[in-house]
Amino acid sequence: MHPALSVIFFTVTSGAGYGLLLLLGSARLSGIAPEISSNQTLFAGIVGLVLVTLGLLSSTLHLANPKNAWRSFARFKTSWLSREAVFAILFYPICLVWLAVVWAVGNSTLSLVLGLFVAVMSIVILVCTAMIYASLKTIRQWNNPLTTVNFILLGLLLGSLILLLMLHQQNIVVSRLIVISVFLISLSALTKIIYFVWIGQPAGPTINTALGFTRATVRILDVGHSSDTFLNKEFGYEVARARLIWLRCLCVLLAFVVPAFLVSGVIGEVGFIHLIAAAFSAYVGVFVERWLFFAEARHVVNLYHGRQQT
Amino acid sequence: MKLGLVIDLDTCVGCHACAVACKQWNTSGTTGPLSDYQPYGEEPSGVWFNRIRHYEVGDYPTNKTINAPMSCMHCDDAACVTVCPTGASYKREEDGIVLVDQSKCMGCNLCSWACPYGARELDEEAGVMKKCTLCVDRIYDENLPEEERKPACVLTCPSHARFFGDFDDPQSEVSSLVRERGGYAMMPELGYQPVNKYLPPRQRPKAPTVAAKQSEDSGGLIAKWLKRQKDAFNQLGEG
Ligand code: SF4
Ligand code: SF4
Repeated sequence: MHPALSVIFFTVTSGAGYGLLLLLGSARLSGIAPEISSNQTLFAGIVGLVLVTLGLLSSTLHLANPKNAWRSFARFKTSWLSREAVFAILFYPICLVWLAVVWAVGNSTLSLVLGLFVAVMSIVILVCTAMIYASLKTIRQWNNPLTTVNFILLGLLLGSLILLLMLHQQNIVVSRLIVISVFLISLSALTKIIYFVWIGQPAGPTINTALGFTRATVRILDVGHSSDTFLNKEFGYEVARARLIWLRCLCVLLAFVVPAFLVSGVIGEVGFIHLIAAAFSAYVGVFVERWLFFAEARHVVNLYHGRQQT
Repeated sequence: MKLGLVIDLDTCVGCHACAVACKQWNTSGTTGPLSDYQPYGEEPSGVWFNRIRHYEVGDYPTNKTINAPMSCMHCDDAACVTVCPTGASYKREEDGIVLVDQSKCMGCNLCSWACPYGARELDEEAGVMKKCTLCVDRIYDENLPEEERKPACVLTCPSHARFFGDFDDPQSEVSSLVRERGGYAMMPELGYQPVNKYLPPRQRPKAPTVAAKQSEDSGGLIAKWLKRQKDAFNQLGEG
């Protein structure tokens, strides 16, 4: 698949925002940061909303006809993209009411309940975004449960690192959040590595089943067009093997290894520099991860263009 | 009704006439124009509803060229429709034709990702998704003579490799062709239940090879003479 930067930026940045708001909404109840003050919640909440909004704005850059974007609420019943759009819009009033209550009333039962509601909405939206890709039977690299798991985990991972940075700056004890971050880093690294190994196994339709000649070899003689078509440009993207391996290593290094070392205090006591470097490194690493997610996905239409399997 | 096409891979010669006829008809049809990008430039490209690809099936000396024209299969279980967030893509109840409402499409490309057959192409100029309409704007047109109420590709095919009809009617031409010739769907394992079917190449007797001919030529003079008499006698019998 052609890795469109607008969509990569959208899934990574909005994912980080929802991950942040999920942790923040449940921060008092889950004991991540029970002593967080209302002003600190407000500040972190606004940062989360800004991330979400930047991502959503970027996603509209991908549309060829954005003036019809409002129509995307129409097929809530069947379309994951529609569900994502509906929930993303519903999220704003709920999140704003929560922040308003936090600001006006401070820490109260009401803000606790609303915060939980925001946390649940965040995870629902992360699932919807992932399911847009995971529901496509045409791309076996996406059509599996690991896609959803990775989207949620990586959103949470980025969210936790950003939250860590902000809370540390405001002199809140973050030892619990550090444990959670390290746990998220290990878990998402594990699932991502399983994913890399898993998509290496040949599976799914072949050029033979694509054309219905299952008892003979099939080779392309001519694709029938002389210059690139929509199908080539959208689905024909290929990454060279050497570059792929290099990028996978870079992704694992930046998204997991570097942040893990930085926040776990292995290299000196955890300070501002450590945390900002960890968040930045993870963001770039997840960006590379998402680029690979698209670039490594092979649509079955490539079989008709001569690929033996996907 | 379940309207669709049957395409005969045995007789298709791969001339691309169907694709050209399709482009010609549909560029001024309901979902036209089918935009071209730099049509006279270095890299001419554009929107097509129908594309023909050419394959070699089997290994020498039992290989064969197969030309495979592909357009929307008007799938029974069309994921392109279910993934569409705006409701622009829809499948008609009455005849099963899958269409895009150009005025609702937001150009997100998701339906084209969901289609296994490469049947949907974004018109970059118009910013909306376009696809085969099964010539919905001519198959019901009562101003046309009855025999012309067929998709443009079917009418134009010079080797008569394309058939149009109702798959719900077991007596229709398309249903009988599928029955008699073993018509099949492409990539059935994805479960889209494509309506369009393809007819496999016919089994033909093997053409005599040089080796076989030599063995026929060998044998003594008397054996050859006897064989000639026998052949002549048989021909007499056929009158
Ligand atoms: S279907 Fe007919 S027009 Fe199309 S390529 Fe085959 S022979 Fe040519
Ligand atoms: S061939 Fe593709 S575009 Fe046509 S109905 Fe099937 S999935 Fe949809």
